[in-house]
Amino acid sequence: MPILENRFEENVVFSTVDEMINWCRLSSIWPMTFGLACCAIEMMAVGAGQYDLDRFGAGAFRATPRQSDLMIVAGTVTYKMAIRIKRLYEQMPEPKFVMALGVCASAGGPYYEHGYHVLKGVDKIIPVDIYVPGCPPRPEALFDGLLKLQEKIRHQKVLRRLTPQEKSVIDETTRKYELETQKLAPLPKEYQA
Amino acid sequence: MQIQELFEALKKRFGDQVLELATPASGEPSVTVSAAAVQDVALFCREDSSLEFDQLMCLSGVDYPPEHLAVVYHMHSSTKHHRLILKAMVPREDPKLPTVSRVWRTANWHEREAYDLFGIVFTGHANLRRILLPQDWVGYPLRKDYVFPTEYRGIKCHD
Ligand code: SF4
Repeated sequence: MPILENRFEENVVFSTVDEMINWCRLSSIWPMTFGLACCAIEMMAVGAGQYDLDRFGAGAFRATPRQSDLMIVAGTVTYKMAIRIKRLYEQMPEPKFVMALGVCASAGGPYYEHGYHVLKGVDKIIPVDIYVPGCPPRPEALFDGLLKLQEKIRHQKVLRRLTPQEKSVIDETTRKYELETQKLAPLPKEYQA
Repeated sequence: MQIQELFEALKKRFGDQVLELATPASGEPSVTVSAAAVQDVALFCREDSSLEFDQLMCLSGVDYPPEHLAVVYHMHSSTKHHRLILKAMVPREDPKLPTVSRVWRTANWHEREAYDLFGIVFTGHANLRRILLPQDWVGYPLRKDYVFPTEYRGIKCHD
């Protein structure tokens, strides 16, 4: 873009459609409002004025998965919660991203060995884009994760035909995921809507 | 009242049902009562004008393998400013004892927790379901012989 700058009339920008779409997406990542344990406190600090997540366009915490782009899994994922997290993830519209905040969400953390009730990493049930280490990670670490995620989004290809190889990979993953979903037993009665 | 007086008051009212007074070198003294009498003792502790234990601070389960489980009641009187710890032992194979949830309402959730994590059954409890773990959980995690699950609803628990 810089080469062309100031050579045309006002309000004309040259770019690719991909770049445009990606820029829109990465500048308004709306996270979902939920926290599972101590890490959530850091996430709240990030959302508040001192650190201000809004500077990166990601401060609009939504109270429903239907309006969210980013799921920040902030805290310890118990098995009881894991079932619900999976459902929340499924309720988010594409494109959706997941950040595992803290070692609990990344790999079980302090509960890895003796936490009979703790899922050993949220990636066991949903795909994760960014892992942020720390117990808890400082707000700066969350920012770093967010910036890395933005970088990831910036390089996505949106409007393009997939190569046969890419297509087969995606098909395979989708198929596996669907199989997995079917395997999960239904919720017990008292939790069914 | 001092612990000795409290013990004697209980002894006088319940006789053989009050088993012993333990005064460990470290920690607080406790009175062991027979499991079957727990509800009566609790009610007496709350109602008697010289005891007036109007508050149940905590109710917890303890595992003493190989034979016993125990339930421990921490009581406090906000009028008389004294405390008392009651203890009741139940056999591990059939851990049953009467509920105190009708003596102190706060015991309701505490008993559900003890049921959830130790499998202690409180007879007469209005709603004895698991309170923390999912309803379809297998086993009682705070028992010392608890075996960790390998799978929960299709999710592998370890790599
Ligand atoms: S990683 Fe540490 S701070 Fe974060 S939820 Fe786990 S225990 Fe809490």
